Amino acid sequence: MGKVLVFAEQTNGKLKRSSIELLQAAAKSGNTVVAVTFGSHAGDVTAAIGHNGASEVHVVKDAALDSYNPESYTANVVAIVNKVQPSIILASASSTGKDLFPRVAARLNTGVASDCTQLTISGDNVTAVKPMYSGKAFATVNFENSPIKIVLMRANQLPVEAADTSKTASVVENPNAATDLKTLIKEIVKGASEKLDLTEANIIVSGGRGLKEAANFKMLNDLADVLGATVGATRAVVDAGWVGHGMQVGQTGKTVAPTLYIAVGISGAIQHLAGMGSSKVIVAINNDANAPIFQKATYGIVGDAFDIVPKLTEEFKKALHH
Amino acid sequence: MKIFVCIKQVPDTETKIKISPDQTGIDTAGIKWVMNPYDEYAVEEANKLRDANPGSQVWVLSAGPKARVVESLRTALAMGADEAIVINGEGLDNFSTAKALAEVIKAEGGMKIIFTGKLAIDDNASSVSQMMAEFLNVPHTTVVSKFAFNGENVTVERDVEGGAKEVVQMMTPAVVGANKGLNMPRYASLPGIMKAKKKVIKEIEFSSLNIPATDIKVKYSGMTLPADKPAVKMLSGDSSAQAAELVKLLRDEAKVL
Ligand SMILES: Cc1cc2nc3c(=O)[nH]c(=O)nc-3n(C[C@H](O)[C@H](O)[C@H](O)COP(=O)(O)OP(=O)(O)OC[C@H]3O[C@@H](n4cnc5c(N)ncnc54)[C@H](O)[C@@H]3O)c2cc1C
Ligand SMILES: Cc1cc2nc3c(=O)[nH]c(=O)nc-3n(C[C@H](O)[C@H](O)[C@H](O)COP(=O)(O)OP(=O)(O)OC[C@H]3O[C@@H](n4cnc5c(N)ncnc54)[C@H](O)[C@@H]3O)c2cc1C
Repeated sequence: MGKVLVFAEQTNGKLKRSSIELLQAAAKSGNTVVAVTFGSHAGDVTAAIGHNGASEVHVVKDAALDSYNPESYTANVVAIVNKVQPSIILASASSTGKDLFPRVAARLNTGVASDCTQLTISGDNVTAVKPMYSGKAFATVNFENSPIKIVLMRANQLPVEAADTSKTASVVENPNAATDLKTLIKEIVKGASEKLDLTEANIIVSGGRGLKEAANFKMLNDLADVLGATVGATRAVVDAGWVGHGMQVGQTGKTVAPTLYIAVGISGAIQHLAGMGSSKVIVAINNDANAPIFQKATYGIVGDAFDIVPKLTEEFKKALHH
Repeated sequence: MKIFVCIKQVPDTETKIKISPDQTGIDTAGIKWVMNPYDEYAVEEANKLRDANPGSQVWVLSAGPKARVVESLRTALAMGADEAIVINGEGLDNFSTAKALAEVIKAEGGMKIIFTGKLAIDDNASSVSQMMAEFLNVPHTTVVSKFAFNGENVTVERDVEGGAKEVVQMMTPAVVGANKGLNMPRYASLPGIMKAKKKVIKEIEFSSLNIPATDIKVKYSGMTLPADKPAVKMLSGDSSAQAAELVKLLRDEAKVL
């Protein structure tokens, strides 16, 4: 057995669910689990990292690492990898993970499998499955010539069990290894939404042109609030300027993998399906019984969104408050 | 100033995918190939930058089987790129592709900015831009929806989670991975198409780049098509009944609430 290094991400001192998935998967593999986390909040998540299966956690508590910088993060990850000598690295296919680890892989002269949806760890070996061609095929990724195997997993693909608060991790503090940066993060412009990002959301309520106009997204926001969901949209709606393009789901938008995807007034074009087709349960609400979205859906409702959605919101309110 | 653009040729999204008999790839017969959609934004931004900086040139670069990837290079030339290079070879992964692109860009010399797409819609990996930047020892930013160049540094906006944006400044040379929203790619003009037909595309054999076989780090196997979804369950009754039934099914049958 070897060591699995998990890149633990947090938002404002709270460990992300996607990182908990990875820690637990690594712990289940029987390998020694070591985690790494950066920034002034790093200390806030070390306990949770231990509860979820790591025996050691490396932190670089430098505020200079509060925001992601590809160069400084690469330098620090590589320094810790050299110390820990893992045989496997797991990270989320988040915007940070996807940007960082290809660069880390190139520096470590090793392979990276990005955007995976299944993970099999057996000893030092790992294989991963990833969707290709917009989810129209799945491939198993095998590592070759890779002293360290780096796998980037989509969120919500692995089970999460209750944390074991009796388990703790030893904390190793590291100095910031980065020098001479050619990249400068000048400003972070906060997003409009306080909700979870689409790529991490467990429930998504998404709207299409069937909603007729921007103001009607209020109806979807109300439903989403009751469900603790994030709101998404089609490109047609984004192009019409009803919502920002950060909300677009699809081939040229975000790839999402929630447990529940509610598609309202969405026809189900192939480019939209490309982004949401791997959702576990899909509900389609459309007034056209022949809309292609119904071929992908788990449950279908033929009807007027303006009639159905408010009723659904009421029903969910009742069901979730009992 | 030399501006490079890396473009990948990918199957059109509407194309039906069939798996090759050895399950390591797809059956390429009957596939309609197009320029990776994000690479169109990359080509457009490079053209705009060239137009704003007299004396500059846009070089487009693609790695893959020559016979077909030159099509996407011709499209880029028709959109206004000045020169094109094809790296001919088959069966590489993201690491060796990035290595090959970096080697060729280095050999051409004088690069200032290298545009790529944020990801290729076939492998969906978003890894080549960052790996190439590392091999070139230059900074990178991906998922870029706004770009500015002041003659020395570039300032870009990167889209991240929750609709947030990061404003990033990089010293050049730098790699910039284009996202949707960066610009509106121009169509190839008829004179552009005529001119592109006559252009000589420089050919480089992958085997001449001295990239060792150990630079292939990942291989695909066991490629499969998605399992058939069970048929949709259509709900009946009036809207109230449908809403109530849906909530019940999501809770008791699908168990997602
Ligand atoms: C290169 C490329 C990339 C693309 N990328 C994306 C992408 O990333 N994401 C994406 O979404 N699209 C993408 N598209 C666009 C895609 O092809 C479709 O045009 C788009 O998804 C359609 O959006 P829609 O379903 O909202 O609209 P429409 O196709 O117009 O569908 C609206 C639906 O609403 C229904 N409706 C109308 N009124 C009501 C009502 N009162 N109640 C209930 N239902 C109603 C209609 O029956 C219809 O089915 C891309 C296209 C191209 C060419
Ligand atoms: C000699 C050689 C032979 C190849 N043979 C094949 C083949 O037979 N079939 C096949 O499908 N692919 C082939 N490729 C391409 C290679 O497999 C992929 O490009 C690689 O796996 C990276 O793709 P990605 O989806 O991970 O790219 P991503 O990292 O998702 O792409 C991000 C960006 O990187 C750039 N980029 C990615 N790949 C290329 C490329 N090949 N050329 C130029 N820019 C690129 C683009 O700007 C793209 O938007 C070959 C490459 C080489 C060098």
